[in-house]
Amino acid sequence: MKENKKRFLKGGLGQLTIPVIAVALLVIFNLIRDPGFFSISITHNNYGNAVLAGNLISIINGASELAILAIGMTLVTAATKGQDISVGAAAAIAGSVFVKVLKSASSISVGTVILAFLCAAVVAMLFGAFNGTLVAVFGIQPMIATLILYTCGRSIAYWINGGATPTVESPIISAIGSFAPGIPIPMPVIIVIVVTILFKLLFHFTSLEILTQSVGINQSAARLNGINTTFIKLLSFILLGVCVAVSGCIGVSRLGLINHETLLLDVEMDAILAVAIGGNSLGGGKFKISGSIIGAYVIQMLTITLYAMKVSSTDVKAYKAIVIVLLVVIGSPVVKQRFQKFMGNLKKGKSETKGVEGA
Amino acid sequence: MKFFKNKRKEPLTDTQLLMTITICIFVAMYLLAMLLLQGGFLHAQQIFDLLNDNASLIIVSCGLTIVMIGGGIDISVGAVTSLVTMSSILYLNGGGNVFMSVLLSLGIGLAFGLVHGFLISYLEIQPFIVTLAGMFFARGMTTILSVNPQKIDNEAFNAVRESKIEIPWLGYVAKNGNLVPARMELGVVIALVCVALVFVLLKFLKPGRNLYAMGGNQTSALMLGINVKRTRFMSYIISGFLSGISGFVLMLHTGAGNATNAAGMEMNAIASSIIGGTLLTGGVGNVIGTFFGTLTLTTIKKIVVSSGLKDPWWQSITTGGMLCFFILLQSIVLSRRNKK
Amino acid sequence: MQDECLLKLRGIEKSFPGVRALHNVDFTLRKGEIHALMGENGAGKSTLIKILTGVYQMDAGSITIEGESVNIHSPQDAQNKGISTVYQEITLCPNLTVAENMYIGREKSSWVKQKEYETKADEILKSLGIPARSSQQLGSCSLAVQQMVAIARAVDMNCKVLILDEPTSSLDDKEVNMLFSLMRDLKSKGVGIIFVTHFLEQVYEVSDRITVLRNGEFVGEYLTKELPQVQLVAKMMGKELDELNSLSDAEDREEGVGEVLYEAEGLSSTETNPFDFKIRRGEVNGFTGLLGSGRSESVRAIFGADKVNSGKVKINGKPVKITKPIDAMKNGIGYLAEDRKRDGIIPDLSVRENIILALQVMNGFFKPISRSESEAFADEYIKALNIKTASAETPVGSLSGGNQQKVILARWLLTHPDYLILDEPTRGIDVGTKLEIQKLVLKLAKEDVSVTFISSEVEEMLRTCSRLIVMRDRHIVGELKGADLNQAQVMKTIAGGEA
Repeated sequence: MKENKKRFLKGGLGQLTIPVIAVALLVIFNLIRDPGFFSISITHNNYGNAVLAGNLISIINGASELAILAIGMTLVTAATKGQDISVGAAAAIAGSVFVKVLKSASSISVGTVILAFLCAAVVAMLFGAFNGTLVAVFGIQPMIATLILYTCGRSIAYWINGGATPTVESPIISAIGSFAPGIPIPMPVIIVIVVTILFKLLFHFTSLEILTQSVGINQSAARLNGINTTFIKLLSFILLGVCVAVSGCIGVSRLGLINHETLLLDVEMDAILAVAIGGNSLGGGKFKISGSIIGAYVIQMLTITLYAMKVSSTDVKAYKAIVIVLLVVIGSPVVKQRFQKFMGNLKKGKSETKGVEGA
Repeated sequence: MKFFKNKRKEPLTDTQLLMTITICIFVAMYLLAMLLLQGGFLHAQQIFDLLNDNASLIIVSCGLTIVMIGGGIDISVGAVTSLVTMSSILYLNGGGNVFMSVLLSLGIGLAFGLVHGFLISYLEIQPFIVTLAGMFFARGMTTILSVNPQKIDNEAFNAVRESKIEIPWLGYVAKNGNLVPARMELGVVIALVCVALVFVLLKFLKPGRNLYAMGGNQTSALMLGINVKRTRFMSYIISGFLSGISGFVLMLHTGAGNATNAAGMEMNAIASSIIGGTLLTGGVGNVIGTFFGTLTLTTIKKIVVSSGLKDPWWQSITTGGMLCFFILLQSIVLSRRNKK
Repeated sequence: MQDECLLKLRGIEKSFPGVRALHNVDFTLRKGEIHALMGENGAGKSTLIKILTGVYQMDAGSITIEGESVNIHSPQDAQNKGISTVYQEITLCPNLTVAENMYIGREKSSWVKQKEYETKADEILKSLGIPARSSQQLGSCSLAVQQMVAIARAVDMNCKVLILDEPTSSLDDKEVNMLFSLMRDLKSKGVGIIFVTHFLEQVYEVSDRITVLRNGEFVGEYLTKELPQVQLVAKMMGKELDELNSLSDAEDREEGVGEVLYEAEGLSSTETNPFDFKIRRGEVNGFTGLLGSGRSESVRAIFGADKVNSGKVKINGKPVKITKPIDAMKNGIGYLAEDRKRDGIIPDLSVRENIILALQVMNGFFKPISRSESEAFADEYIKALNIKTASAETPVGSLSGGNQQKVILARWLLTHPDYLILDEPTRGIDVGTKLEIQKLVLKLAKEDVSVTFISSEVEEMLRTCSRLIVMRDRHIVGELKGADLNQAQVMKTIAGGEA
């Protein structure tokens, strides 16, 4: 029985240990600093809707784009043992397409928004397929392959926007970016939940999960079991493309405009980080989507905590870096080994002294 | 190059082959620009301008080439450059002397290199994550130091900054009949020295050779009796150190510190190395190639501007296109070779 | 001079958790001789080599070099003591030049004296007759030359003992001859060479003496010219453990019990020569031959694991196209790969996920096996095959070799194949499990499943197969059935020629 429990702690929670500990530490730290940090209040926004407000809400709301990207990034990481660094740039492209389609419509209705999103998604999936082809067919390392789009993606967005930062004004768009009438929960949060459920359904109704993991862990064996490894890798990039489109559209809706230079700037780094904090190996293989999502919230919580401590938005990066280094050092196999050896020695020492006592 | 002297016509090594392709493309491109665009491209000053503007990019690319030959990556170089620039300027404006500011620059670079190298080689953490953290830290520290742009008002430094090397015989006669000599900044000299030193390190020194072996096949390198961890450690220290130098050179060039200095430099440096024939998988690459890679990259941007496409987005689109071309070229060239 | 003892190993013992790899093994190498070290899979050859090169430390025993008792701590230490090894997989750097590869890691000055190294390297290459130039990139040389460069490096390090671990497995005849003349040359210079290979002809061509290991034990040391090929094979394969003899023999096996299920004509892949093959329903056949004879490559071609070049394949009389594994699977073929670690298990995934993998792939992307269904499958097969695991959710990587193998067997049984190919299913696993797997094969045959069974232990195949296809040097050299199915005949065919 004890054995089982241990195994559960090691195996079941194993992957989520770091993110869960990180969340717990941040929560405790904030509660000590300011007991009211996580209090939630109800306020009325400009449209007169009753909505939830507070630090907790802004953390969960603010991490939406990141959480969605982290889901796709996890898949790419698992299948290809590498990361896509072009997601920010691709999101800018998707956002631009979104705005472009909306602008070309005479009036913005729910239908046109859906159409615009679909167009954005198709474009993002095409770019994902481009990256995926370089990786899966030409065998180029993901980071290098996606460096191309990283370099020129925002410029493509600029070109789509015609060199301006067009705005879209519509109650539907602002509802997507903030609150829908009658719903006190921010819309982006609801979208995260919907996307997560969609991915869960995808895993439920297809065999994607086991196939992706097999390809990532042992490609040779996967091939001999009849798996089309090229297809699986390509698919992971295309699915990431969908996530990119969703985040891009949320980002655009929040501001009501598309700025190709600042939309989801540096998000690729955060997304990779979320995957790593979520306990997923950046070397591919077994993955947990939930870990990456928690990872995204850890990053956002850290950011908001730092903001609350009057750290300016530009300085946050320095503190984030320290936290990252601490996390990866704790997770480093070498450190783990040393630690286990050290603990082993301690135990040995103890049992030896015990032996002496017994004698 | 060596292969010109070879009587027996040795087939090129991968490194030489990729480098030769790059140099040929660069020369062809430049000649084409001279023919079609004329203007500035006919003057030697054009090349010196390229060098003046990109001396610090050349330096960080050298560091990155070293790391990439060893099979690693360092994406912190741009941020470290920026941090070095900012802190040195604040130090100089606070009344520090020039010599100490050089030491400060090198010290910061070295410190980053040491930490990166230790975490990557001795704690075996993925280089991407470690140097990403380094990049965040350096960028964050830069803004903590100052969010506002800083201009240097240190006289001694400005005197150094103003000193330019004039080469009259490469100059041209302006419309008013005066001879305008070609001007080269001090930073270019430093960059060229860095290229030369790294070239010597990679070609003639034992650690450089070990680096190639490690990047080519790590297990083999171990079996051949190479201290792989120490070699990797060294590569990141050099990269950090060169970022320090690059920061100082950037300061010499711009004379100002800004939180957005050297933004995106890491990606330009990676692109330069790749265009110059360095493989990200390691073991293949050459600093001369990287030098020409940088020139190719910056020349193409200049050509784009000169041909009337002034919007900055054209530059990055052509950069992306170039990268795509070179990455595919490498993958095809090498896979055809390996089949043989 | 000829008989001067160079290296002497006495009473070497080495155990790994749960396995005794070497037991009381002796080995003697004299100056200027080529000494073949022979044995099938799991005989302990590679363990012995690894002890000699300092990769493993022996548990007991003694090593003396030129009369001096030594301990070998690390590969580096072995090199310093004059023992150099050239592995099958070349451990040089393909991106460096020949000269660089010869001198890297042992230069004394920190300045690389390229010219000096190149002249020195050229001299050595010339003196050894190696067709390479020192300034050439190693990757541009053929594999044989790369191997020779590795040998040249060892020679230049003044090695007394040169270990060649399967050096010829990826070389063609001409290259092999080149390598052999180099070996003879070194021999005349007084170097002792330990030659590990599975090509019998090569052993007889080049070696002076043979030491045979079997199941981690020393069988004997023989002068090559005094040991006929058939006897060598017999000594390598040896008698089986008595427990296995409890398996019922011949009566279960009849040839041609059913219709022809699978038929290939002129099938070839990038790794094989064209061959013909057919198997009937409910038949158990075997491919035999020594390692590297092409037995694994042939079944890989049947399964479409390597790129198929040519051939007509019929299943149940209907022509089918099998170019990749999924085609084979859809046609009811299952394949348990030879290298369990590389091509079999997905170590981080659970037992359950490993078991359902092949079925899942066959079902297709949009028909996932539900959790409860997969648990039921896993439980069923864990029970049926008696897989010892803490639970169905344990990662497969943490099971023992035999249980990992059973998991993969379960994976293929779950697809209910008509034709199951088992390549070395009993390799590196305990005797009990071996027996279980053999029983299972016979049971499958009774259920009308055709089975191809490959094993390096001939007795095992004699017990299970009704027809044996014998391969040597990538060609089918014989087909044995009925009365011919006995050890003597098999070995005679494997060894080739008359005894």
